[in-house]
Formats: sequence, structure tokens, C-alpha cells
Amino acid sequence: MKRKTFLERAAAVPHIVWMILFIVAPLLFVIYFAFTDASGKFSFSNIVNLSNYGNIFLMSVLFAFLATVICLLLGYPLAFFMSRLKPSTQRAVVLLLMLPMWISLLIRTYSLLALLDNGGLLNSLLQALNLPTVKIVGTPGAVILGMVYDFLPYMVLPIYTTLSKLDIRLFEAAEDLGCNGVKTLFKVALPLSKSGIISGITMVFVPSISTFYISQKLGGGRFDLIGDTIERQFLMNNNKNVGAAISLVMMILILISVAVMNKFGDDDGGELIV
Amino acid sequence: MKKILALILLAVIVLPVLASCGAAGDTITLYVYNWGEYISDGSEESLDVNAEFEKYCSESEEIHKITGGKKVKVNYSTYSSNEDLYAKLESNTVSYDVVIPSDYMIARLAKEGLIQKIDVSKIENYGNIYDNFKNLFYDENNEYSVPYTYGTVGVIYDTSKVDAEDAADHSWALMWNEKYAGDILQFNNPRDAFGVAHFYQGTNPNTTDADEWIKAQKLLKDQKAVVQGYVMDEVFNKMESGSAAVAVYYAGDFLTMYEDNENLDFYYPKEGTNVFVDAMCVPTSSKNPDLALEYINFMLSEEIAIANAEAICYASPNKLVVENEDYKECMAEIHENAMDILYGYDEEKMEYFHDLPDDTRALMNNLWEELKIDGEKNTAIIIICCVMFAVFAAIIVFMVIRKKKKTLSY
Amino acid sequence: MKVLSKIYMVLIFALLYAPIIVLVLFSFNRAGTFNNYSEFSFYWYKELFRDSTALDALKNSLILALSSAAIATVIGTLAAYGINGMRNKYVKTVINSITNIPMMNPDIVTGVSMMLLFAAASAIPFLNVEMGFGTMLIAHTTFNLPYVILSVLPKFKQMDKHLSEAALDLGCTPAQTFLRVELPFIMPGVVSGFMLGFTLSLDDFVISHFVSSSDFKTLPLYVYNQTAHDVKFSMYALCALMVFAILVLMILVNFAGADRSNNKKKKKTRAVSKI
Repeated sequence: MKRKTFLERAAAVPHIVWMILFIVAPLLFVIYFAFTDASGKFSFSNIVNLSNYGNIFLMSVLFAFLATVICLLLGYPLAFFMSRLKPSTQRAVVLLLMLPMWISLLIRTYSLLALLDNGGLLNSLLQALNLPTVKIVGTPGAVILGMVYDFLPYMVLPIYTTLSKLDIRLFEAAEDLGCNGVKTLFKVALPLSKSGIISGITMVFVPSISTFYISQKLGGGRFDLIGDTIERQFLMNNNKNVGAAISLVMMILILISVAVMNKFGDDDGGELIV
Repeated sequence: MKKILALILLAVIVLPVLASCGAAGDTITLYVYNWGEYISDGSEESLDVNAEFEKYCSESEEIHKITGGKKVKVNYSTYSSNEDLYAKLESNTVSYDVVIPSDYMIARLAKEGLIQKIDVSKIENYGNIYDNFKNLFYDENNEYSVPYTYGTVGVIYDTSKVDAEDAADHSWALMWNEKYAGDILQFNNPRDAFGVAHFYQGTNPNTTDADEWIKAQKLLKDQKAVVQGYVMDEVFNKMESGSAAVAVYYAGDFLTMYEDNENLDFYYPKEGTNVFVDAMCVPTSSKNPDLALEYINFMLSEEIAIANAEAICYASPNKLVVENEDYKECMAEIHENAMDILYGYDEEKMEYFHDLPDDTRALMNNLWEELKIDGEKNTAIIIICCVMFAVFAAIIVFMVIRKKKKTLSY
Repeated sequence: MKVLSKIYMVLIFALLYAPIIVLVLFSFNRAGTFNNYSEFSFYWYKELFRDSTALDALKNSLILALSSAAIATVIGTLAAYGINGMRNKYVKTVINSITNIPMMNPDIVTGVSMMLLFAAASAIPFLNVEMGFGTMLIAHTTFNLPYVILSVLPKFKQMDKHLSEAALDLGCTPAQTFLRVELPFIMPGVVSGFMLGFTLSLDDFVISHFVSSSDFKTLPLYVYNQTAHDVKFSMYALCALMVFAILVLMILVNFAGADRSNNKKKKKTRAVSKI
């Protein structure tokens, strides 16, 4: 057996130190603040008072869930069609899909607002055509639309990656053996792209449930989500304890659901990053 | 490959050094923290006040005495409410040299020791301020603040969207009018928003009576169903582009919006409204308090004060501004009644916000928090969520059972 | 079916791009509104280049992205080397899962936790912590680290262990072995880790939002600040420029990649034809 060299022993040390200082310690602070009151005394009141925020949690989960489902329904066919294109076209289309991912989320959300706002371009157009104008901004629909628009590429890309790796002859075989299109989709394509779907779902759900910019701009501050509430506690109300408690609960919820998700995709290991 | 590695290593070593170089050295940075859209910033051919100050510093002998001949750079950043400013100062992780809070916030910051005492006798141009803006309630001995502007809150509405008769009686009721549901904008900070509700229901915004605050919250909850959003400076774009019909905001900002959208109109509600003074202060954490005083002094000088007043359209407490003919002309060009709106309001109906006692403030914050997290369709959401989770759980159970069956059949 | 699928794809992409195209088009609108298009002009671009805050923010963003990605690459590569050599499975799992926390956690929680840490540190007098470049660098390096490790670690796993053992047997010191044998092998992973970190850091808004100060504003923070106030169309000009820059960059990267694979193919065919 080879002896471990000094380099091998020491190599991970800077990372471990960094990890303890800047990953573990900050989380300990979150826990500390969640379980103390403003004067620094131990208390459960923050956690108990979270029931006031039950509504916010439910609404955030609902919005994020709807956004994820819509993304999946819109994104899966797109990924499927993309994977069936000619290789050269495929590369161009993937590029086209990745471009919005590289543009800052703030810019994409704000340009969507500029388009949809009551006095925005869409309504100016409708007015010019003598059609009735629509009020979208300030409704729950606008927030969900914003989430779908912002995070759709994150759903498509991992699904496309798994689908494009599949052998096309699989589908042909299924069709030869008597499957119709729908059956092929459910019996062949879907099970084989499970890992892609699961990483797509996590990549849409997690940012959707924790967003605050989208709900601030497109929801007009009327539909506070968990993200807005946390941001307000820290940057406006100056109520670190409540903010930390909400963050802690959200973190635990998300880590559990991500873990469950990954268990589902265990066979393929799940590709979290693209 | 080696080249890339070398480049990365070089970047590691050089970049932080470069970054730190810019900060220290032969410049002094003056940190100014102000409201958004609250200075003449050089856009649209106006005077860039901060750049002027930097130039002034490099020329003035007096300032060389303070700076030791170093270059001065103004780091200017903005906040959108007094509460944001308070949270920043209280967090103690940033330091500023000049901040411009409103009256009630000045009282609070002074009480909590977050702003320092300043010696107004060191400020030459202090004499330019009208005497009735000295020794006001929030700073009775003129120890902490130097007035920058003052202003009032009123209702801004779009005449192309709001029927004349609805606005005719000049009431806060327009902000609650269901006809304009989805087109109304309310303040996004508790002090101002509760102020509106208090004025509307005829109670004093400085009341310490809990019931009156709860009643005000009830009003705001009712209003939540008809507002399009809670905004601060986003109101500019919303009103200028015609994205909303009714908004409550500051009178000076109405004039700025009017420059871009002539359909807008403005009134002071008959039930009364808020008047405020925004004044320049020096935070305790300031590293260059002497230079901060020079900046404050500079802001009071004639040319600069006029440039600011013309750019932001707020009322000025500065004699040299108000008595200047060019200024009056400029304001008249913006809006024919501009001077009247800014300076000619009925003082009887105006109320200053005072710093609230701790328990009332806590109550207000709690009520605001409740308002913000108050969902409209409570039960509907809960039902949808339950159904959603049930379906989700069913799918999981189904999948688990199938998996087990499969493994059994092998 | 084929036509339908094409229509579907075009439709989705049209929706995805509509707001961005609108933004780019109206950044050339002299009137500065969405309500009427007065004339095509570069006025807002000129305004943008007069705005020193925006240019400073761009500079800051690049400095921060480069340095945080570089530090994360160095620490992360070493860490991957160390983790790969670890024999205690338990320790390995613990380190791996803690490393992955910033990747799984919502950004807002990472940002908030960092803010709490720095706020607590600022209470310690001799540390003299103030929000600014330092805190931003730490925060960005922290969330870059897992991505670097994730792209380097598989390379270590793919590597043949006997290779480094052979080098050691032939008289290389461990450091030499690392630099001459192992590092070249893992280089593609290191480069992609660096690139990933660089882009993530350039794009980050949420974490920066909590740990920044006016001292050191990055581009996303500048954009956020703009959209919180009266938005001047010079911000749209900035966004349009960013879109162009990304477009050019992506096309370049893609062509470079295509070129390289073409070259490889050519070399292969040449080699084959020689035989």
C-alpha cells in the first residue's frame, strides 16, 4: 500500500478550514438567531410565531409548484423535439436556449415587466389595434409567469441532455413492437429521462420558492413569498431573529425535498449541474 | 495548459492587490447615502453636484487643510425609505459620512446615537436657511441636522384614466375607489402607508392609541384588494408610462413625473396630509466628519442648492433658492402651479410625523407585517395546497409500490 | 408531426426571446419610453458611458469574478486532490455533503447566513470587518467552491493511479508528480471549474445583495438599484450591451469548440490515410 504523501494529507486542509469558517459557521449563526430573541436570550418564540407565516409558506410552495409543473409541461416536449433534430441544428438550438440563461435574471425579469406592465408595450400594441387592454402585473398569474419565463431553460437543458444521450433506435424499436406515440413517450422516453426530469425540477423549484425579485417586480409587492419576507426582515424591519427562523425552516424543507428527489433519481446519480 | 495555470495564479495574486490599490492611497472617499432621485446628478444636461464637489475639493485651500492635499472622491449611493437607511446604519457593517433622513428618523437616530452632534457654526452657508426651519421639533437645539429640502405628500392621478368627478372632492377616498382596482399604488413603507390611513380615517398619525392603529390597518387591508402594488421610487416609471392611475407620493416628485406625462394631476387631500423635512446628518461611524461638514456646506451654496432644487423639484428651505428669479421661472416652466404646489399649501392641514414610542413603533411594524403577509384567498390556497400534496403523495406511494412489485417479481 | 414540433419550438423560443428583443430595440429609442418610438439613436448609449457608476460596476464585477473564481479554483483543485486520496469513507461523505450545501441551498439563505456571520464579525473590534470587496470575495469564493470541486473530482477519479505511482518510482518528488503528471491530466476539469465559477460570480445578485456595501457595487447590484428607482433608458442600453457581449462570447466559444473538434477529426483522418 502506498503511503500517503504530505501533499495528499495537506491538500484538503485549506478547503476544510474555509468550509468550517464560511459554510458551517454562517449556518450556525442562522440557527443561533432562529432560537434567540432580540436580546440574545434562548427562546422558541420565533419558531412558534412562524405559524403566522404559514400562509406565506403555502403560497410560495403553491406558486413554485405551479411554475415547476408548467415548466415541465412546456419544457419536456421542447427538449424532446430538440433531441430529435439534426446534430448541427441541435448545437445551434442549444446555444439559443443557453443564451437567456446567461443573461442576468434581473434583466430578464425587468424586461418582462416592461413588456407586460399596464402601460407597457403589450398594452400599447393592443390599444393601437383597438383591442381591450390587459392588467397582468400585480396578479398571482404575473408572478408565476415570471417564474416560468425565467426558469424554463433550467428545466429544458437537463432533460435535453439525458434525452440526447438516448439511442434513437430505442424509440424505433418501441414503435416496431407496436407502441403508438403516446405509449412510446410514457413507456420509453419518460422512464429513461427520469434523472433529467428530476434535476430539472430541482433547478426550477428551488429558485422559484426562494425568489424575491420576481414577486417584487411582477407582483407589485402584493404577493409576498418566503424570499420577500426574509429579505424584508433583514434589510428593512431589522428583525434578524424572525428572518433567521424563516430561513432555517425554508432551508430544511428544501434540503429534505432535494434529498428525496435525488433518491428518486438514484439509479443514474442525477446530474445536478449542466 | 501551463499558460492557463500561470494566468490563474497571476490573477489570484494580482487582482486583490489591484482592487485594494484603488481604495487606499492618495484619495479620500466621502460616502454619501441619500434617497433615490434626490440630487442633481448630471443626467439630462443638469449639473453633476458630486463631480462639482470633487472639483471644488481639489481647488479649495481650506479643504486641502482637512484632506492634506489628497484627492476627494464622492461615493454616492441611494436608499428608498427611512427604514432602509435605519437598518443599514444599525447593522454597523457599513460606514457613511453624510445621510439625509427625514424628521422623525433624525429624532430616532439621534436618540439611539447613530448620528453625531455637529457644530453648525462651522458651516458658513448655514445662514442661508430660513429661521423657521431651525430648532424644529426633531432637533430642538440644532445639534444634529441641517435641512436639505422639505415637502408634502399628496395624491397623484392620471386625468386620462380617472374621471374628473372622482377626484373633484380632493379626498383620500380615491385611493380606496374600487373603480380603479388594480391601478392604485400605495407606499411601500409602514410609516408613510399608515400615515395615509390615519389621515383618511381622521386620526392623528402620531397617535399612541393601539385601537386607532388597528383601525388604520383594517383600512389598509381593505385597500390591499384594490392596489396594484406597494412601491417607492418605482412609482416614477409606473405613473410616467401610464401603468397606474392613482398613486400617493411626494409633491416634488409629482412635478418630475409631470415633465414626462402631462396627463398627471395632483391634489392635497382635504382630510390632511404629511409634511416633512429631510435634513443632512453625519453618522457616528463617519470616518471624515470634517469633510462631511464641508459637503453639507457645499450643498447649501447658491449655485448647488438651485441646481438641486431644479432637478428634484422639492421645496427648498434655502433663501438663496426661493428668492431667485431664475429658479421661479424654471419651476413655472415645469408646471404653471409649481411654486404654489410646493410652497403654497395650507399649513393647517399638514402634520409632521414624530418619532413613535418604542411600543407603538413595534405595534406598527407588526401590523404592517401582518398586512404584507395577509393573503386574500386564504382558504382557496389551503385547499389547493392540500389537493396538490395529496396528489403528490399518491404518486410517490404508487411509484414505491410499483418498484416493490417489480423487485418481488424478479 | 414534424411541422407541428417545429412550430412548437419556434413558438416557445419566440416567447423566450420577446422581452429581450423588445429591450434591445427600445434601448435605441431616443424618446426613452415604451409608448412611442421617436427615432433610432445611440443617445442612451452615450448617456451610459458618461455614467461612471456603471463603468465602475463593470470593472468591479470583472475583478470580483476573476479573483473569486481563481481562489476557488486553487482551493477547490487542492481539495479535490485531497478528497480523492482520502481513505476514510465517512469523513469523505461528510466533507462532500458540507461542500455541496451552498449549491443546494437557495441563494437567499446563503446570502443571509453570510450576512449574519459578517455582522457578528464586525462586532469584534480588531477584525475591523466592513462590508465591501473582502466580504464579497469570501461569499463568492464560497459558492464557487462546490462547482470547482464537482468538475475536478471526476477527473481525479478517472485518472490511473499507477501513473502517479510510476512517476514516484521514477524519482519524482510528490510535488513534481502533482505538477507534471496529475495536474495536466485534470486540467480540463480545472478550466471548466474556473469558467463555471467565473460566470456564476459574474451573474450573482442575491448573495451580493446581502453582503455588499456602496463601496463595491457589481453590475447586477447596479441594475437592481436602477430598477428600484426611476429607470433611465441608459440601463436598457447597458442590458442590451450585456446581451450582445454574451451572444458574441457564446458564438466564439461555440466556434472555437467546433473548430477544435474539426481539427481533431482532420488529424485523425490524416493519420488514418497515412496508414
